[in-house]
Order: sequence, then C-alpha cells, then structure tokens
Amino acid sequence: MTAELNPLPRLAQVSFRITGQSAAAAAAALGLGALPGANRFERGDRLAVLWIGPDELLAVSSVRDAAGIEAALRGAIPPGEGVAVDVSANRVGFELTGAGAREVLTTCCAIDLHPRVFGPGSCVSTLVARAPAIIFQTDERPAYRLLVRPSFAPYVTQWLVDGLAGAGQR
Amino acid sequence: MLLIRCPWCGEREEREFHYGGDAAVKTPPVEADDRTWAHFLYWRHNPAGPFTERWVHNLGCRRWFIAVRDTTTHQISATWPFGANPEGSG
Repeated sequence: MTAELNPLPRLAQVSFRITGQSAAAAAAALGLGALPGANRFERGDRLAVLWIGPDELLAVSSVRDAAGIEAALRGAIPPGEGVAVDVSANRVGFELTGAGAREVLTTCCAIDLHPRVFGPGSCVSTLVARAPAIIFQTDERPAYRLLVRPSFAPYVTQWLVDGLAGAGQR
Repeated sequence: MLLIRCPWCGEREEREFHYGGDAAVKTPPVEADDRTWAHFLYWRHNPAGPFTERWVHNLGCRRWFIAVRDTTTHQISATWPFGANPEGSG
C-alpha cells in the first residue's frame, strides 16, 4: 500500500455565491451542465467547481487564470444576484494519491472516506487534524486533493507525512 | 463527541459546529422598556429535556440552522434550516 503527497502548483480559485435564478447561467459560463449538489464537485472547462454551501461554490483551476474565471462568472451573474471574487491566495493545494492514500487521510480526518460513501466527485469542507480544509476526491486510485490555508500548510503536511510514515512509506 | 446532522452537509462531528444558544429568543423592539431588554439580554431558559437551539456549521458550509437537542441525553431529534420549521415557527 503506497501513497504519495505532492504540493499542487498555484491554483486559480474563484469563490462565488449565487441565487437560484443565475445558477444555470453561472454553470454554463464555466462549461458545466449544472452546478454540483451538496458534498460534490463537477468538472467544467479546464476547472472544477466545488460545492461549499447551499449558495456558495468555489471554482478551482491549475491551468486557467483567476481573472478569466472571475470575468466569466461576472458576465453570467446579473448584478444583485450574486458575487464572484478571486480568492486564489486563500488556500494552497496538495494531492495525496495511491492505494494507501485513504489510510493516510484517516489518520487525521473524521470524515467517512469509505468508497461506499465518499468516491470520485465527493467534496467536503471539514477538519484535517485541527486545521480547516476542503477535501475532494478526483479519481479511484484514490486521489484526494486538499485545500488548506497557507499558514496551516506546514502543520497539515506534517500530519500527512506522519500518516505516510505510519503506513510504512514516506 | 456528538454527531450533528447539518441540514445541508449531513452528519458531521460536533467539533465542526458552534453553539448559538436558545432559538426562541426574539429581539425586542428598540422602544421596549429596560425590563424587556434586560430579559432579552440576560435571561435564558435552561430546560431539562428537549431544547430548540441555534447551531452554526462553522467548519463546513458555515450556515446557521436550528436543532432540537435533549439537554439530559444530548440526543438531537431534528435539525432544519432557519425559517423551515416542520412544525411552523422558527
């Protein structure tokens, strides 16, 4: 059971909040059929859109620039029906992959990660150790992406490295 | 550790939540007398049994909701978003 932890390059992140009417337009502007439901994320045009709350989402991309995503959303959301803000400096990303990744993450996360409950497409805002984090699973290897506040990144990394050591590899 | 059912996210650990007190407390009008304001600020019910409370899922979706918790057993019998009480008020 091996696992690997890698930092992600700087991610473009755009937080947006919308009312019901503009949801379809916002989804279309990002290349999605529909916005994700609770505890899910959807892939769009070279980005992923993460469900954060009932009217709040986060668009994340490693290739597109934040200004472009922000502009696309602002073009789609009529004034007064929502907001879109570049929050790229808000969080840094890590990817935890490999057959042992689930075991490593369970050392510091209380979410039920069993494939029956949490699979590709799942996304939660929760705690990793004692730090707030967003976790989403991108594929079945499994591969998890974690978004944490930059100031908590060394702490979260230490926890995950410790988990990797416990699982017999580093 | 309680498992609390957020109306949007589902069951999560208690440490993701923050307690917001009695949900039945209503803010008095500005012109209300001192006694009414003192009552609003300092008097709280402390029942032994089911209690309707505000909670916020501050480390998840960051939304407030209402929960009915039995103060003697910590059993949470129902949760719902603000304004969506299945029984009418709250």
